[in-house]
Amino acid sequence: MDSITVIAIVSIITAGFTTSIGCMFPALSEGKAVVSALQSVAQQPDAAPTITRTLFVGLAMIESTAIYCFVVSMILIFANPFWNHIIA
Amino acid sequence: MKLSPDETVFWEYGFISINLTLVTTWGIMLLLVVAAVLVTSRLKTDIRISRWQCFLEMVVTGINQQIKEVGLKQPERYIGFIGTLFLFIAFANLLIILPWYEPPTGSLSTTAALAISVLFAVPFFGIEQSGFKGYLKSYIRPTVIMLPFNIIGEVSRTLALTIRLFGNIMSGGLIVAVLLSIAPFIFPVIMTALGMLTGMVQAYIFSILATVYIAAAIQQSDKKTTKTIQLKEI
Repeated sequence: MDSITVIAIVSIITAGFTTSIGCMFPALSEGKAVVSALQSVAQQPDAAPTITRTLFVGLAMIESTAIYCFVVSMILIFANPFWNHIIA
Repeated sequence: MKLSPDETVFWEYGFISINLTLVTTWGIMLLLVVAAVLVTSRLKTDIRISRWQCFLEMVVTGINQQIKEVGLKQPERYIGFIGTLFLFIAFANLLIILPWYEPPTGSLSTTAALAISVLFAVPFFGIEQSGFKGYLKSYIRPTVIMLPFNIIGEVSRTLALTIRLFGNIMSGGLIVAVLLSIAPFIFPVIMTALGMLTGMVQAYIFSILATVYIAAAIQQSDKKTTKTIQLKEI
């Protein structure tokens, strides 16, 4: 195997693992956040607007970790710096 | 496959290049400005107002209320910045229903520019509220040890704002592009509708986070001033 093939194989496998692991745990934690938000809305319906806004902001914070992983895997697939280095 | 609309270049001279991101940004700016001028040129205080004025009043009142709920007591001072952010991002994301349109927020340069404007707006409003020294003191709160962490937090939240908006919008466009090659008939339409929902939520989140950052910078210095006033009274 020449170096381009090795880089391609490693990049593709790493991209898959990055997205899969990076989606798994944010999904779990977003589920936890939604569960507790729904519970508190059920207990205190008056506070629903505040809870919803905090939930949205918190979900955005949690989700951004998944987005980081996605961006990293996109860089690995479409804009791989090592690949460009070898070809150049 | 194109990752961002930056790669579609129309005209280039030296380091200046006019690409699709710039053109769509200018288009949205033109749309927003012309629409606002057209609507506000015929404002009425009658019982019967035009439907566009009603819509604009709803938007302004809604944004004001959201800002107030986060904890800024005078939303009129901040709506110029936060409302512009929200309207620009919302329109940039909602216009994906137009054919051949690519959202400028799907480009890292646009989102970085928006996040950097938030980075500069936070000290601007903080200094406006409590003076230069009062704002600088918010960095050494609660202790001096926290100074590097506060600075790191400032930089990292700018980075997070950038990557969050870019990643969300870019992934929406990418999923539609991938689905076009697999199931090109109805399914991309559904994903585009989902992308519009995501875009709206992201616009909301971006402006709410900007509001939260500004509110944090102002309230920290606010507490200090009220505390000194109380001490003086004692």
